[in-house]
Amino acid sequence: MSEPRADIVLSVTDLRIVLDPSGIDIDDDVSFAIHQGEVLGLVGESASGKTTAATSLLAYQRRGAKISEGRVDIADTEVLSASRSALRRVRGGLISYVPQDASAALNPALRIGDQLMEILNEHAFGAGGAERATRLKQMMDEVLLPNDRAFLRRYPHQLSGGQQQRVAIAMAFANRPKLIVLDEPTTALDVTTQAHVLDTVRDLTRLYGVSALYVTHDLAVVACLADRIAVMYAGRLVEIGPKEDLFVGAFHPYTRRLLAAIPDITGERALHGIPGWAPRPGQRVAGCAFTPRCDWRVDKCASDFPPAEGSDDDHQVRCWRWQEVRDKAPVAEGQLRVRAEALCKTDEKTVVSVRDVTAFYQSKEILHGVDATLCQHRCLALVGESGSGKTTLARCIAGLHQFKITGTVEFQGKALARESRGRSRDERQAIQYIFQSPYSSLNPRKTIRQLLAQPIDIFFKLDRDGREERMVRVLDQVALDASLLNRYPEQLSGGERQRIAIARALAAEPTVLICDEVTSWLDVSVQAAIIELLAQLQRETGVAMLFVTHNLALIRSVAQEVAVMSEGRIVELGLVDAVLEDPQADYTKLLLADTPTLPAECRI
Amino acid sequence: MSSGGDASLDPLQPLGTLEPLEPLEAVPLVARGRREWVQTISDAWHLRRTKIGFVMFIVLLAIALFGRFVAPYSPTEFVGPPFSLPASAYWLGTDFLGRDVLTRVLYGGLTVFVLGIAATVIGIVLGVSLGLISGYARRWLDESIMRMLDVVLAFPSIVLAMLFVSILGPRLWLIVLMVGISHMPRIARVTRAATVELAARDFVRAAAALGVPRRKILFYEVLPNISSPLLVEFGLRLTYSIIMIAALSFIGFGMQPPSADWGLMINENRIAITIQPWAVVAPVLLIAALTISTNLIADGLARAMMGIDRDTAVT
Repeated sequence: MSEPRADIVLSVTDLRIVLDPSGIDIDDDVSFAIHQGEVLGLVGESASGKTTAATSLLAYQRRGAKISEGRVDIADTEVLSASRSALRRVRGGLISYVPQDASAALNPALRIGDQLMEILNEHAFGAGGAERATRLKQMMDEVLLPNDRAFLRRYPHQLSGGQQQRVAIAMAFANRPKLIVLDEPTTALDVTTQAHVLDTVRDLTRLYGVSALYVTHDLAVVACLADRIAVMYAGRLVEIGPKEDLFVGAFHPYTRRLLAAIPDITGERALHGIPGWAPRPGQRVAGCAFTPRCDWRVDKCASDFPPAEGSDDDHQVRCWRWQEVRDKAPVAEGQLRVRAEALCKTDEKTVVSVRDVTAFYQSKEILHGVDATLCQHRCLALVGESGSGKTTLARCIAGLHQFKITGTVEFQGKALARESRGRSRDERQAIQYIFQSPYSSLNPRKTIRQLLAQPIDIFFKLDRDGREERMVRVLDQVALDASLLNRYPEQLSGGERQRIAIARALAAEPTVLICDEVTSWLDVSVQAAIIELLAQLQRETGVAMLFVTHNLALIRSVAQEVAVMSEGRIVELGLVDAVLEDPQADYTKLLLADTPTLPAECRI
Repeated sequence: MSSGGDASLDPLQPLGTLEPLEPLEAVPLVARGRREWVQTISDAWHLRRTKIGFVMFIVLLAIALFGRFVAPYSPTEFVGPPFSLPASAYWLGTDFLGRDVLTRVLYGGLTVFVLGIAATVIGIVLGVSLGLISGYARRWLDESIMRMLDVVLAFPSIVLAMLFVSILGPRLWLIVLMVGISHMPRIARVTRAATVELAARDFVRAAAALGVPRRKILFYEVLPNISSPLLVEFGLRLTYSIIMIAALSFIGFGMQPPSADWGLMINENRIAITIQPWAVVAPVLLIAALTISTNLIADGLARAMMGIDRDTAVT
């Protein structure tokens, strides 16, 4: 897109990648360049083709995909037409790749020292063995891992997830490549680990002047790392520009909506989702694929894909109305959320109280004497990293914990049995649980009608019409159309599936709604819409809600109270705003500091 | 949506005043068929092996069902000297008593089909029930059932069948039951493995949390999700049933003379295989073709279930 500059490390021209037998495009018309020492963030939702585009820089395609057009130049090498032996030199030498899941990328049968040495040997680093051994130690220092013999003799399974990812990063930097492709390297990690890994990547790219392409779905992550950002939608690059420009004045409506959908940990901005979902390969329309979800669409959008235009070479956009969007798009006016005034008032009824609950997994104690209360009309967020026991606590309340529990879980003053089987029908009806993954919580062999009928038939005696009417009502509550009733879950998008799961819980007319990480499987724009929906439902129906999440940034939008959990204990409990603005526990402070967030200036 | 010229852009519309978005039904998400097993069958049908197997099976079934109506003689009628070679009066020669081989072949298939399918159904019903209970219950019930099935598995199936048939006599229902029981442990294992995996899924937990009885969870939540592996298992077990029924007849524990039965025919005529081979070769070929056809179908189904859309080269 931009004029050739002397320091261009990578240039991608008109890249088109298709599914092999069918010829359906995954990526089309992708062109960008990366300069010396620059970090380009490639942002997109799932199925936007970002990973496919990224791996094509190494001339690699997963099974079933094929690069059909375009060229990729790294330094002076054209990668796509390179011979097999030339590619071997390019990969790991000129350009290297850090995968999403390091635990799957490292060879479990080789010691990490051997694996790191392998890549140095393969590319004949330096003059000989001694120099390579020195480099190996240096690499470990660079990624802040111990470089002693004992550590290098470990196998990948003996390292933590963060350490494994560091080894993968060390491997990528081993031969001091020109360009590193990082494919969501922190998605599988906890926020604290993620912060450390991001720091390492930033320091290394600065230290060696290495360019990087950072692929992610999370704008907040690239906000602290990238110099420029490229936004992909449905296999096409819709906007590319310097980070500051993009955050304060994006030209493309999608970029603007995406920014508004990012949960904001510090500010008062309300969350706005984007209706609908991103089309997958094969469902894309001829023109701009964002048309059905766009507030700015005109007839032309559906038929013609706009050319790349922009204010200057650096900031390019593909939208017919980008000038109008730039000049007139409403800066999402400060829709302030309602602040909760006080903790549970005395006149509000406590619906669930957990007293001194200790829970075991097999014989291991994973919750240590936890106390918590949940009041009517309130939403309590349960926050913590993986392994903190937050889901266990939620499952103890829901009667889904399969192992030993001591202490009491009370519902409206009455002790609950450990397993749902031992509870009365009214108790089972009152507490409804929404699972993390909508891909696993809906039986794929049942229609939406059959799924929704299940709780209605169990808890209410309704005739055919009454049942149908209630189904339509709960679907309406979750903003879905009654025409979906005859569909199967596979015919719905992830966001729609999660709405069905919510509708199924609502159909039981619960007193307590437990949401277990309900957005962690969803795209950012869909996540925001689900959070909006849950917050609205909670306000309107007055249901008491327990919102379990690992994402501190989300809780402002939905909860009034928060309990921070760590290692099976609640370390801090209070009002959301108070805890986020003035955390008391050290653990909360740490968690807050490590949560990536958008830079202050782009708080639109 | 705004209308008008395409070149000139329409005046700006503020957020939220647009009419509701059109339903996105125009671009349906990739959806598989109504039911998993229907989908598996239709995927399998695209494979050449399934088609060949199916055609073979239908031809053999037609021989077994309708062969008796075109047979030239009665199966017990003496038409010539024993072990006569093929001639114009008897195309496949005669057997050890001088009966027409072609006629007996045309009559002798029905028992193999009926008994084989019945035994397989019994094996599937027993095995699936035990597998479902075992996989969902876990703990002591799981252990008891599986160890009990291990005992059954420890007997070579033919020996197990012979044991009971020699005690109670060669009764058809007993043969069918014993063949079914000998399939039971393997089918139960397949079912159990699939059930254990499914029982950990959230939708099963969700049903349990709603208070759905276990029996209903097994039938309505778990079973529909394992229909494909069971379909494959049915095809595979049918192959073994046919072999076993034929084998039992061959060693004299199955159909009794003077019935016309492929397995029995092989036994009766094997002494003269060098003199009049057709009396042995014809039933052998038919049994072989039948087992190959069911095996091809089962293999096609298994490939379809694993998402392999080619006849050759697995992955």
